[in-house]
Amino acid sequence: MPALMAFSFPEDVMEHIFTFIDSDKDRNSVSLVCKSWYEIERWSRRRVFIGNCYAASPRIVIRRFPEVRSLSLKGKPHFADFNLVPEGWGACVDPWISAMAEAYPTLEELRLKRMVVTDEGLELISRAFKNFRVLVLSSCEGFTTDGLGAIAANCRNLRELDLRECEVDDRCGHWLSCFPETCTSLVSLNFACLDGEVSFPALERLVGRCTNLKTLRLNRAVPLEKLPNLLKRAPQLVDLGTGSFSVDLYPELSSNLLGAVTGCKELKSLSGFWDVTPACLPSIYPVCSGITSLNLSYATIRRPDFVKLVSQCHNLHQLWVLDYIEDSGLAAVASSCKDLKELRVFPSYINDAEQNFQLTERGLVSVSEGCPKLRSVLYFCHQMSNEALFTIARNSPNMTRFRLCIIEPHTPDYLTQQSLDAGFGAIVQHCKGLQRLSLSGLLTDRVFEYIGNYGKKLEMLSVAFAGESDLGLHHVLSGCPSLRKLEIRDCPFGDKALLANAAKLETMRSLWMSSCSVTLGACKLLGQKMPRLNVEVIDERGSPESLPDDCLVERLYAYRTVAGPRFDMPSFVWTVDEESNSRPS
Amino acid sequence: MTPPPLSVVEEGQGQGNVSLVPSPASLESRNGSGLKERNYMGLSDCSSVDSTAISSLSEENKSSMNLKATELTLGLPGSRLPDWDGSNQGKLDEKPLFPLLPSKDSAAASSVKNVVSGNKRGFSDAMDGFSEVKNAPFTEGNWMFTGTGSDTESAQPGSQGKFTLNAGVNSTISSRTTSLNLGVKSVSGNGHSGVDSAMLNEIVPSKGHERPGGGNGNGNGNGNQPAAKAQVVGWPPIRSYRKNTLATTSKNNDEVDGKPGSGALFVKVSMDGAPYLRKVDLRAYTTYQDLSSALEKMFSCFTIGQCGSHGAPGRESLSESKLRDLLHGSEFVLTYEDKDGDWMLVGDVPWDMFIDSCKRLRIMKGSDAIGLAPRAMEKSRSRN
Repeated sequence: MPALMAFSFPEDVMEHIFTFIDSDKDRNSVSLVCKSWYEIERWSRRRVFIGNCYAASPRIVIRRFPEVRSLSLKGKPHFADFNLVPEGWGACVDPWISAMAEAYPTLEELRLKRMVVTDEGLELISRAFKNFRVLVLSSCEGFTTDGLGAIAANCRNLRELDLRECEVDDRCGHWLSCFPETCTSLVSLNFACLDGEVSFPALERLVGRCTNLKTLRLNRAVPLEKLPNLLKRAPQLVDLGTGSFSVDLYPELSSNLLGAVTGCKELKSLSGFWDVTPACLPSIYPVCSGITSLNLSYATIRRPDFVKLVSQCHNLHQLWVLDYIEDSGLAAVASSCKDLKELRVFPSYINDAEQNFQLTERGLVSVSEGCPKLRSVLYFCHQMSNEALFTIARNSPNMTRFRLCIIEPHTPDYLTQQSLDAGFGAIVQHCKGLQRLSLSGLLTDRVFEYIGNYGKKLEMLSVAFAGESDLGLHHVLSGCPSLRKLEIRDCPFGDKALLANAAKLETMRSLWMSSCSVTLGACKLLGQKMPRLNVEVIDERGSPESLPDDCLVERLYAYRTVAGPRFDMPSFVWTVDEESNSRPS
Repeated sequence: MTPPPLSVVEEGQGQGNVSLVPSPASLESRNGSGLKERNYMGLSDCSSVDSTAISSLSEENKSSMNLKATELTLGLPGSRLPDWDGSNQGKLDEKPLFPLLPSKDSAAASSVKNVVSGNKRGFSDAMDGFSEVKNAPFTEGNWMFTGTGSDTESAQPGSQGKFTLNAGVNSTISSRTTSLNLGVKSVSGNGHSGVDSAMLNEIVPSKGHERPGGGNGNGNGNGNQPAAKAQVVGWPPIRSYRKNTLATTSKNNDEVDGKPGSGALFVKVSMDGAPYLRKVDLRAYTTYQDLSSALEKMFSCFTIGQCGSHGAPGRESLSESKLRDLLHGSEFVLTYEDKDGDWMLVGDVPWDMFIDSCKRLRIMKGSDAIGLAPRAMEKSRSRN
């Protein structure tokens, strides 16, 4: 566009035009055109997503975007989910809340993932933001139900309160009863991860008066007997998470439940099903044909009951189950759920050596054969073969997320005893849009060569117990042009690959390496050479000053940042560089 | 192959063995205009990759790296790569499913410079040796990887061209044709007979046990676990939330063979004066003795800190006994918070009852725990 034309548009017209631009990527491009557009864009940006809370700081964000209404933040690295990040590492959201309380009084939405949230923070949110509407906390911790009570009590226009797999100290207080009787704005309420009981009368009244309620996910403490009353008050529900799904179904309850469920004609998503007893399952048959998402991953139902259920779910897009349903259960999925896009199969007995049921690679293969739209897979099993992976790759070229966890590390192809390099190579080669990949089984450096070469769209790679030398890591870091997150544990990758590809790290969000062969000296060098990276060494044994440079670090977490080293590190975390081992003073 | 961590010391790593050239050419080309987007806010992904540009660039790279010899061949195992055992070829009679360019057997002489990894050389010496490498463009790959390594690798038959492992000897590198391409190709070829798998499998338990400081999370020192299936922290990758939930699910469900040992029950353990918490799986133990020895191992590093010495691995045995003394003496006491929110001394109730009611553990200073004793007695009396 010629410069002359750009100047002839008044700013408020540009601003109005920019309100139609939603995607962050587009807004970024817009902001690079010229100074004027940069200014207009930054004043009109309402939603900000920060994939690593330490990549920026509250001050920097506020300075650039003064009128934000919605903020999403992610904190701890993904491996924190598996206890690899010690408690107290960081990612506390309180400083953000304090800063925004002053700068963004009109903040409406806050979405946090893997962050530490405190009751004080929640209280501040509830008081500082008069128009606060949406609170989504995924895998967060550090708060109690008292904090939730404050949110319930003070946020007049609350639309969404969504707690996804958080660790909440349940004080068994009456947080739910803190919703005032005047509250009618709720659209989404998810407290499935809480332990304690809520007041059932309060819950029923709340559900009854919130006529726009679309999502309701109960916790385990809500017994099945209470469900019919709730459903009758909310027939408009789209997403239901049941509580405990187990009871001796006397006839009256059974027909009550069935009637209530049938009344929910908009239901698309079902989850919960804790402690499910098979006799209770028929009560959801009426809605099966309509649902697109089914989460049975906490339900230990056996194959026959599962098959009866799933064969009615013809419109399923998303299915989460336990391996308890066995290969034949998945075969039933393959024949009934032709629109399936996402499948997750979780292990039911992780500490149990003897498996008295059969879930193998065949289950996944049959789903890939029967479900042509399959895009996203998370699969835990005990055996795999290259042949199976070839088949899956061939059947599912549109795969975008493929996470395979063969439970025993270093397990080879059970048919040939070879490594699984070729199989995973086929996946990356054929699934040209693959964005996320998790590897397992016996793997050499070769698989990384395939990944580096073919993984053009790969954004996130998770590696464990794989590879043989630095070459493996080098293949990935020197290839994979779209790589954003790389997490590695227990692999023989060391300094050379890391240092040779140091520049790559600045194009990525983060790199995690634990129990690998990276030395402290290399970390220091990396930190020194790359000032825009924070190179964190997380180590229990003592300060880097006391350890020799050739000693291996336990955990390395390197991420790019414009905010410089952080100052809220606990005593076992150091940001390292050659000159000074910077620690909070 | 993964050596035990200590042997890596010999290599003198981290002394600038490799070049650090910022902004490699291949990355620049993505933003064709030359504008450098800084995505630190995660606001956009640099995924607007011009695929043709990338593939042509990578081909360019390949030729300069002499990687033609390593064009990937994704045939079925044994079908194309002559070095593989091919012992299962009989089973696989399909044509290779994903043939690419044929593999070349020739070990192309490469323009690989002689990058040596010194054995505790001075920093400037090391840098001088690599000055050529340093100035070479990043993508040309003029450096070599000398893998970290154990000696067992060299015992492999037909290891010519295999990625050699350098136990700190400079001169050996130039004599072997260990160029990048060769290493890549033949590694897979020689790779995976049972020897390698066995070697790799050995590594797993050692990783689990040798970690200094006793690791975190699960107590690896539990005698009940069979040695081959040592519990590795955070593996399989399942969230504690799910593990805990499934544990109680299996207990409650009659249909399922709810063995008490199945599932897991993670609780937080804190120690007064220790920098951070850990989590333990209570179901991994069957007696108080098991639990307490696991905790001793887990927290021994903190006691080391308190004694003012550095936590070197070799001193573990000394500190364990010292910690045991501390724990059994009056200095530290193991307590737990039960479902009612009260803090109790560990050991008063039968183990199963303890598991049912324990929400979290705390290793308290003995002096703080004095007040607990009467309450604990009261409670156990009211229970019985």
